[in-house]
Amino acid sequence: MAPMLEVKNLRVSFPTHRGRVEVVKGISFDLGRERLGIVGESGSGKSMTGRAILKLIRKPGLVTADRLAFEGVDILRQSEKQMRSIRGARISMVMQDPKFSLNPVMTVGEQIAEALVTHEKLPRREVNERILTMLEAVRINDPKRVAGLYPHEVSGGMGQRVMIAMMLIPGPELLIADEPTSALDVSVQAQVLDIIDDLVTTKGMGLILISHDLNLVSRYCDRILVMNSGTVVEECAAGELDSARHPYTRGLLAAMPTIDESRDELPVLDRSQWAGT
Amino acid sequence: MGGHMSAIRLSNLDISYGDTKVVHGVNLDIAEGESFALVGESGSGKSTILRAIAGLAPDWTGGISVLGQARSHGVDRAVARQCQMVFQDPYGSLHPRKTIDATLSEPLAIHGVGNRGKRVEAMLKAVGLDQRFRFRFPHQLSGGQRQRVAIARALMLEPKVLLLDEPTSALDVSVQAEILNLLKRLRREQGLTFLLVTHNLPVVSFLCDRLAVMRHGRVVEVADVDLLRSGQLVEPYSRELLAATEGRAGVIA
Amino acid sequence: MATRDWLLDDSPSSRWQANAGRAYRVFTALLRNPLSVVGGVIIIVLILTAILAPWLAPYSATGQDLANRLAPPSSLHWMGTDELGRDIFSRVIWGSQITLTIVLLVALISAPLGLLVGAVSGYFGGWTDRLLMGFTDIFLSMPKLILALAFVAALGPGINNAIIAIAITSWPAYARIARAETLTIRNAEFIAAVRLQGASPLRVIVQHVLPLCTSSMIIRVTLDMAGVILTAAGLGFIGLGAQPPLPEWGAMISRGRTFILDQWWVATMPGFAIIIVSLGFCFLGDGLRDVLDPKSEGK
Repeated sequence: MAPMLEVKNLRVSFPTHRGRVEVVKGISFDLGRERLGIVGESGSGKSMTGRAILKLIRKPGLVTADRLAFEGVDILRQSEKQMRSIRGARISMVMQDPKFSLNPVMTVGEQIAEALVTHEKLPRREVNERILTMLEAVRINDPKRVAGLYPHEVSGGMGQRVMIAMMLIPGPELLIADEPTSALDVSVQAQVLDIIDDLVTTKGMGLILISHDLNLVSRYCDRILVMNSGTVVEECAAGELDSARHPYTRGLLAAMPTIDESRDELPVLDRSQWAGT
Repeated sequence: MGGHMSAIRLSNLDISYGDTKVVHGVNLDIAEGESFALVGESGSGKSTILRAIAGLAPDWTGGISVLGQARSHGVDRAVARQCQMVFQDPYGSLHPRKTIDATLSEPLAIHGVGNRGKRVEAMLKAVGLDQRFRFRFPHQLSGGQRQRVAIARALMLEPKVLLLDEPTSALDVSVQAEILNLLKRLRREQGLTFLLVTHNLPVVSFLCDRLAVMRHGRVVEVADVDLLRSGQLVEPYSRELLAATEGRAGVIA
Repeated sequence: MATRDWLLDDSPSSRWQANAGRAYRVFTALLRNPLSVVGGVIIIVLILTAILAPWLAPYSATGQDLANRLAPPSSLHWMGTDELGRDIFSRVIWGSQITLTIVLLVALISAPLGLLVGAVSGYFGGWTDRLLMGFTDIFLSMPKLILALAFVAALGPGINNAIIAIAITSWPAYARIARAETLTIRNAEFIAAVRLQGASPLRVIVQHVLPLCTSSMIIRVTLDMAGVILTAAGLGFIGLGAQPPLPEWGAMISRGRTFILDQWWVATMPGFAIIIVSLGFCFLGDGLRDVLDPKSEGK
């Protein structure tokens, strides 16, 4: 069976006054119905990779690839109109901060309803039912009340759960989560990720989790890509991160303080070793 | 009082923003030379305490004393020389139109300290920045470099106490390690007292001697960092925080 | 090019070099926008004309030649002559001095005044803010031209009074902008940082807040200059601005009004001058906005 998402030699570049600069330099990977983590530091090109898959990179940014296909559909050949029927309905994306992704003048319920009816015509009653079930699925205890709230009336963790509900209600096959929890408190982070994990597993969806946090990705994914300045430096199963070979991955792991820290000094990355910049 | 002087002493501190009280009756005593952490989730009031000590949240009752001197409510020139602050966001804490040199000279100019050029040079060296950064603008620097400048600025007046508001949470892991090392070295070299606000327990474990866990504006537990390292915090909420962190780190550690 | 390298050096070796480099980057960015170049050229031509007027003008601005009244444009009188036989081309050239003086003085009086009032108001907030902004609102609530008219009527007609009147009516808009900017800057961490270092409010405002307000102020002032020229011309037109025989463009149009149907050039030529200079300021202002606007910076 062909993989759900095929990416071959994906490149993303932006013009600057010193010529075009590639932020993603030819990465390739396949994704089945599994959970893939993309880890990297700022500027590694991890977010651009996620956006390129949804064709969300605006001009003057340029995306090229030998192959970028979702369920056999060549994404680079799709028109903007065709992409709109893919985005949301078949591939969804959860962004970092719910504050900026939710419309402040619409209630939570209305926004979820909109996400649903743009892709599917349904009678009003069924829409309402689906919304309430979805809110329950993201573990919101009092879905009726929450559906009537405005985004500023919900907390960060609740907002992110609403976002997830919105993204998952049309029943997409692939969810791209770009730093879905970095704006949240530690204890809420775990809740939100557990919800994503649960829904993705039960619905048999694919997940791309983009994060700077190695621990988090290793916990919630099956496979990990480590990116550094636009290239994939390491690809491994999540459980084998401990035996990662690339010096960059090892450096990242070592640079993190631990809860039972006894080192007097943290090892720092010697950037000159790999970084081109 | 005991033999050593306390660097920061909070007694029965209540802090309000407008009509809402966000910190309730906090008592803390941080010894000179100690590195102390305030941990908790957003809205726990930990940053507010830091801002009140700095003089940026003037609406408080109770007592705050810095190095034995009771502090006034507003910003205070005398306190400025003893106690400085490093902010969370390295992008928002540097004036966008001023060169690094101008930013670092400003505290010296305010207090009429001479020999500014030499002092700026020496400070850049101390925080591990090359001299060629001296006349750059902040937008020409990376996040880690900016945070080094922010630390340098806080140290220009040679304060004894440094208030650190999530100094590494906006940085990448590898850059975080560099800044943590820098802070640790500076503390050793200059005999500084740290009051660190963070939600990141491993950072506390690396940098601090003692910690206070806060929730809903109250201190829940004060403990030695050794207890954090060995997972022996007592209060249920502290254990909850610890579990949340360990749950995430557990797979690798 | 050594100078260029020096200006674009990534690691400047002095504060002066760093600031010169920044100014140079703004300048080159401005050059990339064709409209702002056009605007800049118009303004430079205006300035040069004003400075070189004695040498450029073929005739005196006030010398009458009644034998040659209302002559149409010709090789002798490029823009024709007016009802007293004065050469319109020369008068337009001399008039550039008056226009430039008005523009400069209005900018120099109203922009710093507005900037200071707005920054103080925004920084301190509370009663200071209410008082200063209430005062500003009173000025803002009246139409500019009418207010200027009232002032000139009270102060007496004349070019100096016109300048004062225009300046008095334009600062409130700047105060509003400066206040809005200050409100967003006031809570920035870099302002908190200098306050913590013990800087006095005056120092914070002058050294840290104002430098960030100036770019939007420069943009706004440049864009407003067209309006100032028009207001000055309007005052001249109704006889409350520059007094005859001063070759002020608005006053010239006013005089030409009587002959507009038969001798169109008398009113039209100074009208063209007003339009071109106003457009110049607008173009330059738009270009400056693209380059200087802090909101678009860094993208």
